[in-house]
Amino acid sequence: MSTTTAPSVGEQEATRDDTRRSRVDLGLVRDYGVYVALLVLILFNVIFTPYFLTSANLRVQLVQVAPVVIVALGMAMVIGTEGIDLSVGSVMALAGALVPLYLGYGVPVAILVALVGGLVSGLFAGTLVAYVGVQPIVATLGLLVGVRGIAQLLLGGQFRQIDSAGFNNLGTGAIGPVPVVVLVAVVVAALVGFLVRRTTFGRRLVAIGGNPVAARLAGLPVRRTLLTVYVASGLLAAAAGILLTAYQKAGTPSTQGLLMELTAITAVVVGGTPLSGGKIRVLGTIAGALLMQLVGATLIKHDLPQSINQMTQAVIIVAAVYVQRNRGGARR
Amino acid sequence: MTTTTAIEPESAEHEIYTERASRAERVAGFLQRQGAATLLIGLVVVAAAVFPNFRTYGNVTNILLQASGLGIIAVGMTCVIITGGIDLSVGSQYALGGVLGAWAAQYGFVTGALAPLLGCGLLGLVQGMFIGRFSMPPFIVTLAGLLGIRGLALWVTNEGRTIPKVEWESLFAAVGHTQTVGIAVPVYLAAVVFAAGWLFLRQAARGRSLYAIGGSESAATLMGLPVARTKVLVYTLSGVCAGLAGMLNAAYTISGVPTQGVGWELDAIAAVVIGGTLLVGGSGSVLGTLAGVLLLKVILNVINQVGSLDASFQMVVSGAFLTVVVVIQAILTRAQGLREL
Repeated sequence: MSTTTAPSVGEQEATRDDTRRSRVDLGLVRDYGVYVALLVLILFNVIFTPYFLTSANLRVQLVQVAPVVIVALGMAMVIGTEGIDLSVGSVMALAGALVPLYLGYGVPVAILVALVGGLVSGLFAGTLVAYVGVQPIVATLGLLVGVRGIAQLLLGGQFRQIDSAGFNNLGTGAIGPVPVVVLVAVVVAALVGFLVRRTTFGRRLVAIGGNPVAARLAGLPVRRTLLTVYVASGLLAAAAGILLTAYQKAGTPSTQGLLMELTAITAVVVGGTPLSGGKIRVLGTIAGALLMQLVGATLIKHDLPQSINQMTQAVIIVAAVYVQRNRGGARR
Repeated sequence: MTTTTAIEPESAEHEIYTERASRAERVAGFLQRQGAATLLIGLVVVAAAVFPNFRTYGNVTNILLQASGLGIIAVGMTCVIITGGIDLSVGSQYALGGVLGAWAAQYGFVTGALAPLLGCGLLGLVQGMFIGRFSMPPFIVTLAGLLGIRGLALWVTNEGRTIPKVEWESLFAAVGHTQTVGIAVPVYLAAVVFAAGWLFLRQAARGRSLYAIGGSESAATLMGLPVARTKVLVYTLSGVCAGLAGMLNAAYTISGVPTQGVGWELDAIAAVVIGGTLLVGGSGSVLGTLAGVLLLKVILNVINQVGSLDASFQMVVSGAFLTVVVVIQAILTRAQGLREL
């Protein structure tokens, strides 16, 4: 990352027009920086971290990052519309509370109810943003506080162990060598990638994020699209919550998904999706989530404390955004 | 802000329409700005009538003490939000301020009081530089601040294993505990911060320029206002406020605990928003924020008066309340014509 800042210092002085050449270089750094950083980190680990390339370790890393990827992909779509969804962590907690309550009716019912929980939360946020005109950050801030409260009330402020082997298999099971959790994340990634790149819906997201007024004037269904994207984010957060609940074999509403909104936003931003909307990078988001996960894992393996991890993450976030900062005049 | 529609009365018909609209706008504007204060007064009256324990002097001063820390932070947050920015780092700054204050207090009161202000102010300045000079989005820069400064607070306390303690007899600890007519020193200091914030935003030219920058940054730049420098200033101020609040908490708890203030950035933002300051920037007031902070704390207090209700229920009520307020505000703002696309 340190090499990336050098060309951009020059750019800051000059105007936009007469720095075409340096902008091309910077553009490469912008577009591929996160992959390069990820690759460098993987190489570092392969060389310096004992047992890094064991399948057990790789599995643990991937299983841990999978829920983050799922949530972050929903977040990326929301951010693409110049929105933000702070409620995702609480929706995960809600899913974790609903699953043990409805397991008595069978695993599919429990999963369905938990997904409906995410859907309702997403509908609520989407309605506030799209139809009432509340700013995304405050609309979802109310949900962040309230939904976790509801999740805790549902289980009476306790956590609840889950004995259903069928359900827990979702979190700990594997199909062939691939853990179910990772498989779900891959499927979600393919789905979101297809949605964003190949469908009208994806085009609309980017159009709305790029210029909401123009999108409305062009006759795009701005409100319906916004509503849909918050519902999608709620559903994905619920899915991640279900998987995490199965992995932990317990619903823990007071801690599950805590601060996940920040982790997800970090992955999206480091992956090169600007907060100002108008652009969604699916692969970048996945790479961003992997990078942050691997940074934490690397520091822990090399006996560095959590505090160093947090400070490193801060530096990475600032560096990533510094590199991207002139793209589309990112503001908020 | 309400003048935008009144500026261009082209025909007589239009003029009548504008006048009628502006009366509705004025009512909407008043509610949007003073809604929190109105609600606060109503809630206090009802709570005082229903709960005998609520109207005791001790309870009122206790609410004030509990509101003082968040209040001080919210003053800085108000300034930041008026410029159209946001500061997510205040919760971590609050923790670091406590750690720095408790640690530096061993070298005397002045050091203990200054270290958090300087340390957190400096970190606010650094964030402000990234936001103001390098045009990086405030949300992300201060998100990095949230992570990094919390990491710093943990790091200097050896992951929270060596928590700096304050001597009970020291002047530093006395700041947290001395009371005059039952009101603790932090409350007086919070009042001073609110007064200073009000004066700054009302009277100082630099304070007025915050509204100009939040209203339209390009217009502010064209007017020749020092936009970048002003942004650096507000994030520095926000850091100083959070550091002061953290120091007062350290004086009160006679220790600097690095895990304090998690999630306080969201409480502060909620208080500011409830107080009628718009997140888009360009409008807002410290008095509204005062009402917002007090409202949040009074609601908590009332929930506690009811008894039997636990923390989860408090969260549901706070979330629902915040949502109701922002919905009403969105409707009022639209009625005011602020959100004309």
